[in-house]
Amino acid sequence: MDKETFIEQLREIVRPYAKNQEALAGINANTDFITDLKINSANLVDVVLDVEEKYDIVIQNEEMERMLNVQAAMDIVEAKLKEK
Amino acid sequence: MTKNEILQLLPYAPPFLFVDTIEEIDAEQVTGTYTFRPDMPCYQGHFKGHPVTPGVLLTEVMAQVGLACLGIYLSGDEIKEQLPAVAMTASQVDFYLPVLPGETVKAQATKIYFRFNKLKCRVALYNTAGEIVCEGIIEGMIIKQKNG
Repeated sequence: MDKETFIEQLREIVRPYAKNQEALAGINANTDFITDLKINSANLVDVVLDVEEKYDIVIQNEEMERMLNVQAAMDIVEAKLKEK
Repeated sequence: MTKNEILQLLPYAPPFLFVDTIEEIDAEQVTGTYTFRPDMPCYQGHFKGHPVTPGVLLTEVMAQVGLACLGIYLSGDEIKEQLPAVAMTASQVDFYLPVLPGETVKAQATKIYFRFNKLKCRVALYNTAGEIVCEGIIEGMIIKQKNG
């Protein structure tokens, strides 16, 4: 999966939870879920669960704790997909 | 964990403890009751000359039973060592019937998921006639204090 495709898919996943629509429109690898998109920590759990469902993977607690921005999400999903 | 242990571990005290008993609890669901004492101060102003239990307190009963009691049960022994902070993070509730001073309500909650310290439940509240008072979805988080 290329980077652009992943970011586009992730944009749709976070859309219902992102409070900052401007940051959502300009989402990129450096976008932080909490400080840029203004997603709260409770909704970040839903983002992670939606990512699990979309890519049919299981994310562990310590990975969840690291999954704070788009790049980290991409790294974790890519690693999981390679394991399959 | 026993029902009594869960009640002891609840992070609430009067006048903001809104669970009297836990009737049933397992990993998927919980039922608990609470009786609204007629001398609660809120009835003096909600409403003037017409006391009705505020909806936020009905939601609170569902949250304390459905999120706090079930969350403590699901967390198991690890929280006995250090009491965690809890926070309600979202609620969506529809109300159907008023609850008057002195009424006993029964809260029923069914787990939707418990992942990454977040508990999300489908909840409902019933009066003693078995009629549905309110229902909805509530969610909360357990915030574990980091050591050191």
